Amino acid sequence: MIRVVDLYKRFGGHEVLKGINLVVRDGTTRVILGVSGSGKTVLMKHIIGLLRPDRGQVLVDDEDITKLDKADMLRVRRKFGMVFQQAALFDSMSVFENVAFPLREHTKASEAEIIDRVHKALAVVDLHDIDAKFPSELSGGMRKRVGLARAIVLEPGCVLYDEPTTGLDPITTDSVDQMILDANQRLKVTSVVISHDIGSALAVADDIAVIHQGEIVEDTTPAGLRQSKHPFVQEFLHSWFKKQ
Amino acid sequence: MTSATQSAAGGRSPLVAALAGVGHLFARGFTETGAMLLFLGQAIAALFRRPFRFSLIMAQAEFVGVGSIFIVLLTGTFTGAVFTLQSASGLARVNMDSMVGSMVMLAVARELGPVLTALMVTGRVASAMATELGTMRVTEQIDAMEVMAVDPVQYLVTPRILAGAVMVPALTLIFCFVAGVGSYVVAVGMLGIDEGAFMSRIEWILDPYDFWQGFAKSIVFGLVITLVGCYKGYNASGGARGVGNATTQAVVIGSIAIFVVDYLLTSFLLIFEPK
Repeated sequence: MIRVVDLYKRFGGHEVLKGINLVVRDGTTRVILGVSGSGKTVLMKHIIGLLRPDRGQVLVDDEDITKLDKADMLRVRRKFGMVFQQAALFDSMSVFENVAFPLREHTKASEAEIIDRVHKALAVVDLHDIDAKFPSELSGGMRKRVGLARAIVLEPGCVLYDEPTTGLDPITTDSVDQMILDANQRLKVTSVVISHDIGSALAVADDIAVIHQGEIVEDTTPAGLRQSKHPFVQEFLHSWFKKQ
Repeated sequence: MTSATQSAAGGRSPLVAALAGVGHLFARGFTETGAMLLFLGQAIAALFRRPFRFSLIMAQAEFVGVGSIFIVLLTGTFTGAVFTLQSASGLARVNMDSMVGSMVMLAVARELGPVLTALMVTGRVASAMATELGTMRVTEQIDAMEVMAVDPVQYLVTPRILAGAVMVPALTLIFCFVAGVGSYVVAVGMLGIDEGAFMSRIEWILDPYDFWQGFAKSIVFGLVITLVGCYKGYNASGGARGVGNATTQAVVIGSIAIFVVDYLLTSFLLIFEPK
């Protein structure tokens, strides 16, 4: 389980996170919904330990990761996989080498085992026969899938998604949403999704937290979100419904 | 001073504002130098931790060394040749043209070899390292590496810095050799200086210390070039423009740093010159 307790973070004179409290239950998909600049990516970076807070705690399986040294942080990070907004594939490596990278770094698996596990991970995201391709040869949707395959190849307990549908067309957005649901179902992982896409949030989430100007203003289920009385949440939903 | 001028300068006189600007420049320079040294410390410490990334080190050594050989051969040969032409012309005025070989090789071994090699490598290697690491930074590949529990300094920076420290001295030796060949061809082949005199003066004047001084400098230059390139790229931000800025700064700062470090090192190493 992941718990964020009373988290504060400031950059220069600007307070980005103002007392965030959040729980991510094991085996569920938690969506953190907010507009650009609301602090959601900063919050995610705290969960994965890329940033340290000014105040507060981030507890991963009851361990406060904000106090860990570099070696212990590396150990905790192996519990996570992360899919970045632009997939962040290593562009000097092929698809195979990208997905194999965590296996080569953290396991003593033989080459045959690595090949098998890479192909299994790619199959989870419905990709086949693209081992030799390079990231520059892939579409945006395919890059996201390869990014997810790389994130799950070590079978982590939790997968983080940073704006997985941003910049994608509606058809690809739907397929990425389905990819998240399938991965969750097949792998039984906990998922944390950072997004400003209400449609995707409603499609994939078990729990939704709405973040606005560094604060959680609503913490509910998809059904509960539609009934929210908070003015910002209503405005957010209204602008989305207007486009449907 | 008029009140208008004072308001334009934010309440300070233009002289004070200018001095403050210079002060900020120096303060930024010192801060960044300190940050680079800390970065170097991280990279060196990572060298002694598992895993030892031999294949990455060899790949970088090939890029820095083998990739720069052509430019070093060209620069070295022509440096030796041109310097010989100019020096012979000057020495002939005092009937000492047979000294041209020793004079050229003394300058090449102590200064021209390490400095020109470093400058050629800076243009090629520092810019490539800054561009590659900068692109990785702005596309979150370095973040991805951290999230996958791989130390990006150990994976990306340490092999590059080690390759610089080893290959730049090797390139400097090559530079010195081909400069000598260039000098010989011009002095003996074209200017008709006696071969025996040419070679014996070199043996007489040059000391192993001259080559050790140049070699020691080239190790430090190799570290400086790769450190500046890696630091600028690793800390790039602001998309393509930021990467471009990082690349430009890597070459400019790297080149300036070579001259500054050259002066400081030379002052220090001359203490050990044999009398």
